[in-house]
Amino acid sequence: MAKPRVAFFDFTCCEGCQIEFTNYGDTAFLELLKHVDVVEFREAMSEKTVEPIDIAFVEGSFTREADRPRLEEVRRRAGIVIAYGQCATTAGINALKNHQTDYRECVYGRDAGMPHLDSAKALPISAAIKVDYMAFGCPVNKYEVLQIVSHLLHGKEPVIPNFPVCVECKRNETICRYDEDDHCMGQVARAGCGAPCPAAGIPCEACRGFVDRPNLPALKKVLTARAGFSEKRAGDKANMFTANQLEQAP
Amino acid sequence: MTVSARINVHHLTRVEGHGNIVVNVTDGKIEKCEWQVPEAPRFFEAMVRGRHYSEVARITSRICGICSIGHTLASVKATENALGIQVTPQTLQLRALLKHAENFDSHVLHVYFLAAPDLLGAPSVFPLVASHGEVVARALRLKRLAHEWGSLIGGRTTHPTTAVPGGFASVPKPKELAALKERMLAAVPDLSETLATVSSLAGRVPAFDRPTEYIALSSDQDYGLYDGKIQSVMPDGAKERFEVAAYEQVTNEFMVPQSTAKYAKHKLASYAVGALARFNNNFAMLHPEAKKAAQTLGLKPICSNPYMNTVAQVVEIFESFHASLAIIDQLLRDGVREEPLVIPARYASGAGAVEVPRGILFHEYAFDTDGMCLRGNCIIPTNQNHANIQADFDRLVPQLVAARTAEKDMELALEMLVRAYDPCISCSTHYLDVTFVR
Repeated sequence: MAKPRVAFFDFTCCEGCQIEFTNYGDTAFLELLKHVDVVEFREAMSEKTVEPIDIAFVEGSFTREADRPRLEEVRRRAGIVIAYGQCATTAGINALKNHQTDYRECVYGRDAGMPHLDSAKALPISAAIKVDYMAFGCPVNKYEVLQIVSHLLHGKEPVIPNFPVCVECKRNETICRYDEDDHCMGQVARAGCGAPCPAAGIPCEACRGFVDRPNLPALKKVLTARAGFSEKRAGDKANMFTANQLEQAP
Repeated sequence: MTVSARINVHHLTRVEGHGNIVVNVTDGKIEKCEWQVPEAPRFFEAMVRGRHYSEVARITSRICGICSIGHTLASVKATENALGIQVTPQTLQLRALLKHAENFDSHVLHVYFLAAPDLLGAPSVFPLVASHGEVVARALRLKRLAHEWGSLIGGRTTHPTTAVPGGFASVPKPKELAALKERMLAAVPDLSETLATVSSLAGRVPAFDRPTEYIALSSDQDYGLYDGKIQSVMPDGAKERFEVAAYEQVTNEFMVPQSTAKYAKHKLASYAVGALARFNNNFAMLHPEAKKAAQTLGLKPICSNPYMNTVAQVVEIFESFHASLAIIDQLLRDGVREEPLVIPARYASGAGAVEVPRGILFHEYAFDTDGMCLRGNCIIPTNQNHANIQADFDRLVPQLVAARTAEKDMELALEMLVRAYDPCISCSTHYLDVTFVR
């Protein structure tokens, strides 16, 4: 069987998830190249292909109508589309501007009306095209990405965690941030990262988004009652990486 | 015979972010010659408004995936200046070590993965796996070392977690630092080989010279990646220093129609930042091993060939490596201990600057008395370079036309020029026009 043809595409994002791909070291990276052919990857290579693509990793959010044809083109060319990183899966940090109306004036001042500065609501790429799998995280967990690729190569369905980060902290025997007089969103945040932040002494801010049915009233209650946040700050805290999911929550 | 060319490079490859090169030449007459930045804007300065000071660096880190350590550090420095926080000597050493890790990491990525394929006549690093397998394996080993080095200090290298306003949320254990040192020493042969590979290719770096103003952080203590004052060096070697708080008098940003990123100018119509700017400003402060590397590579200040920025990055790989070994030794001698975070002494506004791989980076914030951010401003190295890239185009294209360069070679020369700046375009498309009340 021919090696699957893999490509990377980028939209509105920082391209940090693509950088994670260069951090495997020589052994894992060169081994991976024995199993897949990288055929297009603008940040790293000049080669382009007109042949069909088996797996497309799409990084970044859908933030302007002008990008829709390019996304549709990726979908048309690719057998499997993986939303790669939080900007692609939920619009991540980019969605922080979605509740604002003056962001253009704030950043560009008197030049805000220039037509090339157009930017609409930051949306996941699934708002424009069908997505087959999602690699969550800001940045992605590079080992989870390897696992997704490995599952697909073996014809298996990738397993994406749908339990909260608290589970991983218990497993790691990390002391709860609330017991350290801090706050945390691990109760409703999607696991799969291995919970490195609470272990390093900082709160989880749900950079992988929420689990599928987050108990958001309970989150707000914990942030106000246990961390002493004002109602407003508790609400704002919850939207750092998850503004679009908050909007969709019942 | 006169030259005609239609160059339209849409979304240039092997750079971070999206940029276009458009050049039209008809019968030797240059009709259009533009470096364009169409990157989708992201509006970070709007997004930090109303956020608690502890969250601001974690948001602005997301401006860039390659320089997220630098954005984090510039952000916590600006926040600390705004909040009257003086961090401990241990924090300063760990941050310098983290800053070096990022510059080493990013330079390895650029030199090996983005720039080297041009010099080896390959479209990317992937065909080099077959033709130059050992070089690729070495690049991946060095990249992995940098990733482990940065992750030990910063929690991870893409969007680091531990560097926070007031210090570090957690610090490495002495035995982990000692293990890092061992890992680094084991990489010495890979570094020597890097120098040998690059010096064997240095003859293929295009010859081009356009004197310009070079701006970088500069310090009397060290090479000045983590801290210093703003320094400018002019083509005649005249240097002048400015306070970081007065950065807007240096950057003078303006908007142009071909770019979603702002341009900048200081004493001349444009200036350059990045490895070559730092080298030209701070050569005297380089570690002896880095000076030796510069000598091997034939790089001397003041070098005004922008293509040599990649060579200056190799010199800085040596600087960061050897300066970091010294920091680790110092930390091991002094002992590393968990320290409580320094808490705010006031709530006001403040600016901070660090040198990221692509040049000098400024952040500035103002906070209210609840510690919530009122406004922010980030001035990114690549948007300080955009005007200089355009000025290089304006000088280089007539030279290429006069030399009757074929269209394909002209295109490659322009692509390599932009790549040499190692632009980080997605970073460069956000900043704002706010007047800070001081």
